[in-house]
Order: sequence, then C-alpha cells, then structure tokens
Amino acid sequence: MYRSHVLICGGTGCTSSGSQKVRAALIDEIRKQGLEDEVNVVETGCHGLCEQGPVMVVYPDSTFYAQVKPEDVPEIVTEHLLKGRPVTRLVYNEAVTDEGKVLSLNDTDFYKKQVRVALRNCGVIDPENIEEYIGTGGYQALGKVLTEMTPDQVIQEVLDSGLRGRGGGGFPTGLKWKLCAPNKADQKFVCCNADEGDPGAFMDRSVLEGDPHSVLEAMAIAGYAIGANQGYIYVRAEYPIAVKRLEIAIKQAHEYGLLGEDIFGTGFNFDIGLRLGAGAFVCGEETALMRSIEGKRGEPRPRPPFPAVKGLFDKPTILNNVETYANIPEIINRGAAWFASMGVGKSKGTKVFALGGTITNTGLVEIPMGTPLRTIIEDIGGGCPNGKKFKAVQTGGPSGGCIPASYIDIPVDYDHLAEIGCIIGSGGMIVMDEDNCMVDIAKFFLEFTVDESCGKCTACRIGTRRMLEILEKITSGNGTMEDLDKLEQLAYYVKNNSLCGLGQTAPNPVISTLKFFRDEYIAHIVDKKCPAHVCKSLLQYTIDPAKCKGCTACARQCPASAISGKVKEPHVIDQSKCIKCGACMATCKFGAISRQ
Amino acid sequence: MENVTLKINGISVTVPKGSTILDAARAAGIRIPTLCFLKEINEIGACRVCVVELGNGRIVTACVYPAEDGMEVLTNTPRVLDYRKKTIQLLLSNHNRSCLSCVRSGKCELQTLSHELGVDDEGYYDGVRTESEIDNSAPHLYRDNSKCILCRRCVAACEATQGISVIGANHRGFATTIGSAFEMDLDDTACINCGQCIAVCPTGALSEKDDTAKVWDALADKNKYVCVQTAPAVRAALGEEFGMPMGTDVEGKMAAALRRLGFNAVFDTDFGADLTIVEEANELLERVKNGGTLPMITSCSPGWVRFCETYFPQLIPNLSSCKSPQTMQGAIIKSYYLNKVNERRKAAGEEEIKLEDIVVVSVMPCTAKKFEITRPDECGAGVSDVDVVITTRELARMIKRAGLDFVNLPNEGFDDPCGESTGAGVIFGATGGVMEAALRTAVEWITGETPGSLEFHDVRGTAGIKEASYSVGGLDVSVAVASGLSNARKLMEMIASGEKKYTFVEVMACPGGCVNGGGQPQVTGEVRNTTEIAKVRAGALYSNDAAKTLRQSHKNPSIIKLYDEFLGEKGGHKAHELLHTSYEARKINRTM
Repeated sequence: MYRSHVLICGGTGCTSSGSQKVRAALIDEIRKQGLEDEVNVVETGCHGLCEQGPVMVVYPDSTFYAQVKPEDVPEIVTEHLLKGRPVTRLVYNEAVTDEGKVLSLNDTDFYKKQVRVALRNCGVIDPENIEEYIGTGGYQALGKVLTEMTPDQVIQEVLDSGLRGRGGGGFPTGLKWKLCAPNKADQKFVCCNADEGDPGAFMDRSVLEGDPHSVLEAMAIAGYAIGANQGYIYVRAEYPIAVKRLEIAIKQAHEYGLLGEDIFGTGFNFDIGLRLGAGAFVCGEETALMRSIEGKRGEPRPRPPFPAVKGLFDKPTILNNVETYANIPEIINRGAAWFASMGVGKSKGTKVFALGGTITNTGLVEIPMGTPLRTIIEDIGGGCPNGKKFKAVQTGGPSGGCIPASYIDIPVDYDHLAEIGCIIGSGGMIVMDEDNCMVDIAKFFLEFTVDESCGKCTACRIGTRRMLEILEKITSGNGTMEDLDKLEQLAYYVKNNSLCGLGQTAPNPVISTLKFFRDEYIAHIVDKKCPAHVCKSLLQYTIDPAKCKGCTACARQCPASAISGKVKEPHVIDQSKCIKCGACMATCKFGAISRQ
Repeated sequence: MENVTLKINGISVTVPKGSTILDAARAAGIRIPTLCFLKEINEIGACRVCVVELGNGRIVTACVYPAEDGMEVLTNTPRVLDYRKKTIQLLLSNHNRSCLSCVRSGKCELQTLSHELGVDDEGYYDGVRTESEIDNSAPHLYRDNSKCILCRRCVAACEATQGISVIGANHRGFATTIGSAFEMDLDDTACINCGQCIAVCPTGALSEKDDTAKVWDALADKNKYVCVQTAPAVRAALGEEFGMPMGTDVEGKMAAALRRLGFNAVFDTDFGADLTIVEEANELLERVKNGGTLPMITSCSPGWVRFCETYFPQLIPNLSSCKSPQTMQGAIIKSYYLNKVNERRKAAGEEEIKLEDIVVVSVMPCTAKKFEITRPDECGAGVSDVDVVITTRELARMIKRAGLDFVNLPNEGFDDPCGESTGAGVIFGATGGVMEAALRTAVEWITGETPGSLEFHDVRGTAGIKEASYSVGGLDVSVAVASGLSNARKLMEMIASGEKKYTFVEVMACPGGCVNGGGQPQVTGEVRNTTEIAKVRAGALYSNDAAKTLRQSHKNPSIIKLYDEFLGEKGGHKAHELLHTSYEARKINRTM
C-alpha cells in the first residue's frame, strides 16, 4: 500500500510542455529520498487544464500542481511528499485561496461545474494498465450485457439513455444500432471514428490517451448488440500517443480474454483492428472513412444506402465516435435513467468541449448538456484574458457557426444551438474577443475546408474555392456589394448541393458570420476598414507628428525600412513599403503611432 | 417484384423498387440532365448536374437517389434550374474554354449543358485554375486536364469496364487531377491503349492522338502510293459523325469518301479478316491435331493482346500467332499487291513503286491499333506492315475538312484484290464475330461439309462472357467468348486455374467488341445510359453479313487466289513470314 499517489499527466498537451522530464525527475527524486515504497507515480491521461501543463495531482489530498518544471520536483518531494506540506507556490493559482489555503482539485472553478462521464477515468487511471481500468469498474458493463442482457435489451438501454452521436451529427446512437441490428449478413462491422480533425478539438484524443479501454469495451458491447464480431478503430496517425495506448490496450484486453474468442465464456467473439488515417479531414465522414479502411482513396459516396445497410466492405456497419463510445459502459453500468437525468430536452448526458482561442483556461471540459454558454465561458473558462471583451464563440469547428456575445445565455445543447444555425459538432469551442475580425475568421475556416475538400463533387471542390476567393477579395479591400451577394448565394448553393457533410457544412462559418456580423463585411467593402484591425490590407499605421519625438526607435525596428525622418524630428511611414507588422507601434514609447 | 409509386412534377409513376429518381423520371417521360453518371459503372453522384428537389425541400441527385413510395419530386423548379446552372458555371470557371479550337467542339457534353441550362456568363465565377499538364506519352492518347471536369467517367471505364485501373484521382480538393499513380506517364503504366476512357469522356480532355496530318502529308506527296483499309466496325458507326442514326451501315459512302480524299487504293480490312480466319482456323486445327496448347485464344484485339502479355503472361502460348487483320492486310499490300501493281506498271512502261513509297493507312474503330503497328514483329514485308492508323473519328474529321457531303455521296465498292470479303469478315467487328467466322470455316474443314446453318447464335449478343459447345464430326469443341477486359480477366482466371477447359476462346478488349471500340464516334452519357450501343451498331454488321452470298472466309475468291498465286500452303513458310507474329511478357509497371 502506498500512502500517496502522484498522478502526472501524460496527455499530448502536457507531454509537449515537458511532463515526461518532470515524471523522470519525480521518479528519480522519490528513489533518492527512499520513498519508492510509500509514493506511487502514475502516468495518466489528460486532466483537461492543458493551459497549465505539465500538471500533476497529489493524492489523497488532491493538490493540483501546475506548470511544474523538473527543477521544482525536489522541493515538492521534500516538502509535500515527505513532510506533508503542499508547495503553495507551485499549486495551480486558482486552487489557492486568498488566505493561502490549498483547495482540492474539484473545488476549483474550472472543475467544480464539470460532470465527468466520458472523461471519468482521464487523469485518474494509468491508461496503459488494464487492471486500473478494471479496478474502476471497467469491463463490468461488457460482462453484464453478455451474461444478463439480450442484444435487444442493450439497444433499448442505449435508446432510453437518449445518447446522441458526439461526433457532430447528433444522431441517436441507440437508433443507429437498432437500424443495423436486423440486417442479415455473413459479416457485420463496428467502427470507431477516431479521426478527430476540427482545428482546436482534442476531446477524442484525450479519451483515447486517458481511457482507451472504455472505447474497446463499448465497441464489444456494440458488436454484441448488432451481431458483429469485428471492429475497426480509424485513428489519425498524428495521434501517436493515442495509437500507442490503443495498441497496448488491445493487446492487454486479448491477454485478459476481454477481446478475442469466447469472451467471458459466453461464446461471443469480438476483435478490434486499428487503422491509421493519413490526416485527411474528409475521412471523418463516415463513407469516406470506410473507403479509407478498405484501402481506397478516402472519398465519400452518396447515401442512401446508409452504412447500417451497406457500409464497410459493403457489409452492415455502425460507426460511432470515440466520445460516444466512452459513454456506453457507464450507461450500461448505471442505467439509462441515470444518464437521461442529465441534460435538457432531447440532449441527454454530458458533452466534452475543447475550449480554445482567446480564453483564460484553455483545455478540456465536460459539462451536462444544456449548461448555459455563460457558465462555460466565464465560470469554467475564466473569460477572455487581458480584460478583453468576449465577442463570439465558434462551435463545431469549420462545419459550425458562431454564437455572438448577445446569445451568451443560450443553453448549450443540440437543439438550442440548431435554432440559431449553430451546431455542437464534435465539441470544439473557439472563443473570440474584440480583437478578432469575423470576416477573417470565416476566411480562416473556409481556407481549412478548401484545403480539406476531397475534390469529388463540383459544389465543394470549386464552390468553396470561389467563396474563399471572394472572401480574400473582401479582406484585401477590393470587395463590392455584388461580391457579397455572390458569396451569400454560393454559400447556400454549396450547402444544398454538396455530396457529403463536409461540403454541406463548409459554408456555415460564412453564413453565420453574415447573419450576426454583416456590418463587419460591409465595413470591409464600403468603408474599406477592418473594425477589429486584423485584415492587413485595410490597416494603416500613421505617426502623429505632434507626439513623435524623433527618437528613431521605430525606424530602427521597421523590418521593411518604411519609416524615415531625422533625429528629433517627426518621422513618417511610407505606406507603399509598410508591411503592417505593427513593430513600430509596439516600440514607440510616446504613443505617437496609431493603427486605423 | 415490389413496386414504388411516386410523383414527379405532379405526374404519378410506378417503378420497381430499387429504381432511382432518374429511372422513375424517365419512365414518366421526364428528362433530367446528367453528366458524370454512367449506368452501372459510374454511379457516384459527383457532378451535381442531375439535382432535383424533394417535397421536403431537400436537394438530391436523381442519378443515385432511390425512388421511394409516396415521394414527391420536382425536377424543374427555379431553385433546381438555378443550382444546375451554377454547377455548370463553376465547372466552366475551372475549364479551359478554348471551345472554338477544341477537338470536341459541337459534341461536347459540357457545351451542350451550358446551352441548355442557360449559362449567360461562362466566366461568372472565374478565379484561379487547377494546374495541369498534357500527357501525350502513350501512342494512342492525348490528355489535356485543363479541359477535365473530374466526372471520373474515364476512371470508371478503366476500372469497372476494363479492370485495368491505371488512372485515378491525384491530389485533393481544387488541386485534384486525373492521372496515373505517382503522376507517372500513362505510357509507363500497364495501360493497354483501348481508349475506352476517351470513348466516355464528355469533354475534350481526352482524345486520340491525332494522326491525320500524317495522312494528309502522304496524300499530298506525289511520290507516295497511298492505300487505305477500313475495319469492319467503322462502317457501322461512321455515319453517326454526320448525323445519321446509330446502326446505319455506310460502307458504300465510306468507300466513296476515301476515294475522293485521294487514296490510290481503297481496300477493306474485311479481306484481312477473311485471311485471318483461314490462317487462324488452320492453326486451331493444327493445334487440335498435334496436341498443341489449348485453348487457342484469338489475337485480333491489340488491347487484349497487351492485357494478356501483362496480366496473364502464362497464357501467351495460348495466343494465336496470327497477326490481326489490319497488319496481315498491310503485309499483303506491301508484298503481293505491290508486286501486282508493279507488274502492271512494268507492262505499261510506267515507273515501279518502291517498297518504301507505298503507304498503308488503316481506319480503325480502335486506338490500340495505333500501338499495335509499333510492335516489333509487325513488319512482314521488311517494312512496317501499316504506316498510319487513324480512328473512325479522325476519318470523319478528314471527310469534313475535305468538304465532302458525306450523307449524299454515292455508294461505291472497294478496290481489288484486297477489297473483296465475305460475311464472315464483316462480323469481326462484333463480339463473338471472330468465333462465328472461325466456326463457319473450321466446321466445314473438319466435317468436309458446309454447316447446315452458318449462323452460330450462341456466340452472338453483348453478354460479357458467352460459352457454347459443339460436336463437330465426332470432335467436342467447346468455345468461350469474352468482351470487356473485366470479363476477360474472369475468363482467363478460370482458364489459368484449370477450372474451365475450352478448345477456342475469343477475346475483344472493348465491351461488345470493336463496334464499341475506343476510336468510334463518342456517344453522350445520356445515350449510353439508355442505348445498347454495341448491339445497335453490331446490327448493321449482321445485316451486312446476312445479305452476302459468300459468308465463309475460305470461300473468298480473292483469298483463294492469294494462296494459289502467292502464299502457297495455309500456315506455310511464306504465310508465317508475312502473317504471323510473336509476343512478349510485360511488367505491370514499366518503371518499377
């Protein structure tokens, strides 16, 4: 028995901020101080607060250390692990009260409003050790369905839970299973979509890194429910830690008889293969994903037929995303009613969001469906940094739309968001403040979809490209009001005429910014101004001769040699040379340079 | 069968379950334009031209969306028409619009749709264009991707019809282009030159390599003696280029046109086909008698031969060593016929024609014939058997350029001695035709009697694989016929594995045979989807055959004379030198 456990995050965020070095230092120091029999170091998945990485939690008191460096380790070991005194200086600052009291992790603003279902084991268990998963109740659900439930009962339980697809579509998961179950075939498949590709979204990655067995268990349950004995996880090759942990998890599950033949002695066989995607966004679309697994070029095909009838290798197939699966074992263990008790309306349970953009607490949060946007942005996210004004949040990544600040009290669930033309999507939330130009944001997302279009259908291949060209024209100050009409018409054309979900949703960022921020478009076109001072072609830096002291600092900083003037005389900027980098303005001590 | 009833533009229509909206609309007499759609081989819903509006306002592609009971479909709402027009305008914004000089001008499906859908500003969405390069590496094909609209019809023809798959999409999104893997030159791939990709291309992106300039030059050169020969299938399709109905036999007008173009001699490859049958039937009987490799497989189709050399090199010994009719005929023109002309000239005191000054031009329904004449063992008389191959389309272009009023030309015959043919030679242009022609002769040679019926209906028709067995003079003869290389692959796999045993097998690379060859007049997707092209065109050949008094190759008087005066024994030394060839195993990828 250990008297203390140190849980250090081994997710991608903390790994890239140096958690492996901290972990090595920790193990080294604990050995040095002779505590290896008393203190256990566990590498876990994501804790969510990636902004503060590397993070680690010391139990039993659940003290949350943030931004730990290897050189901090001896102090933590000596003071906290040996003497029992938390090193307040290194504790996450939101977890230390004004009186200097150290709060437990779950009492901090970031965590206290969260309800972790899909993320229940992330940051809690060692994802590379199946016994830790089993120790938290893992594979009990699989045992239960195989020994106590019929496939129909499993499907009914999932239906009753109200769980809807967490990958973006929001299709009821139980219904998807129910539609596939009766289809007879010599072979059926259960697939997992782990091709998370929205910019700034990493919900699925964290589940795979932190709790891979929950996905394997859920897929086996799904296999039992629909009558399939083979599963495939389609995971991005850009997620090396997730891939490694999945490989380990599959191997361990085999060793424990939880995958393979005759699971729990029930005669049920189920196996799972990994297929690595090469990073095409479109391969997150179900039919493209299946073609890619088949070894073909990842392109969507028209539906119907739907995969439930004709999917992978033309066999009946269900495809759910990682987060959806992660909920399944808990639904089986705790019951549909428990799950359905969370959330609002037709949106049940919880949802994981990846908070990014101009927000204080960048990271991963899981909240009940229907939580007001304000709670997410202000209470959990800590608002925009540097006192900037919150302007909008983009949900659903490049397929979604923006929610303007005026809708900050909207409950975040499938149906409320749909009412204003937004989607929950896979859970990306990119926060924007007053310094973000909404036309530029639309352009950013469209650039992404143009680049990721597979090129199969005319509407997406050429339509999105032409939309982007119009946006480029507008942001460079050459747009006309006719261009705006052309853009809007093309947007609806692409939405209605594209073959797959990628193209059908690609215009959403344009449509929603046109709906809520049309004045910004008009400012670019008519006034030739970018109100947020983002679009470089529409910016002008000027020196106020009354304020300029002629110190020459700006001229020396200017990388384009665009500033001239004699010492102690007002300087001027040659607009034809200016590249609008803003270096001069940042340098000027006298506030003589302004941006318009 | 279960039916569904739906309403299209208010018209109620009942169709079998499994039909698409496009099928149902057709049944209701409503046309919906299509572009990328090719029935059974390219049902991908990619171009979006066939969009229709459902009762709930959804926009779906009629070509692939299943007709459902109670469905309401609107095909011509302002919204639908606007979307279709935008689709065409977007395609045009990334299309090299050099329509005036385009080889496809006037027959381009994009051009037609642009007119139909009321495109009033073809440059409305102009912006950057996808970068592309010309691929003219192969001897038969010219790819100009600046005119490609990415309908993928060529990809489908190569993959689904032919089972070759040497082309596909490269890059993605706006940068997508069609080409070979790793952007290899087409000529470095296992392309078998069949030209089915060209046949299905809706625009000018794919065309045959135009060799008409070589013909014009030869015709203009006073030192050249230019002979032309026309394959059986050409006469069954050439008329289409001049607005005549599909399936019109224009043999006589074609001969007249060729004469007016200035060819010194106008011959018929049907003669070469008769010659092929005599040699091939003889080879078959030799193989049967002497325990040679069986089944013997035909070698008239150069696309098929290259396919066999590439994918089934173990079956090369099964290929008949006979050249194809065009090169047999070329070899005969440059030896036997040249001698005859020179004898006549000598007698008249005229200057003799030198071997290097006789030019043989073949008009073929086939692009692979352009490759065939480059093969090493195709020069029986010491020089290349055939100098230039032009396709049916190229001949039509020459006739138009010469200002000939084709439709109103008189019917003329071919020149002697390489112009006389039998009905057996004519049917070479259709799948099963070579088999039937061979049977007409072989049966008689084995039994010593003319078969009661000269028509072997078991091997006719456009089915992909046909089989038949005959008892001929106590000998069991089982035969198989395949057309379209996907079908040929299936058949060859069965032969190679020993699952099937045959005496004689006919393969034609193109589905339905040469009448549907890659060099034939292009037919729009809409017509392809509703017409059995091969069947209609083959009808012209079978009627031509039925009307002939001589319907067995070995009874062709000119052929009999050829053996008597010149070749000697069938399959003898001289025949081998002039009329037989050799094959080589090929790698699937020439650069790896």
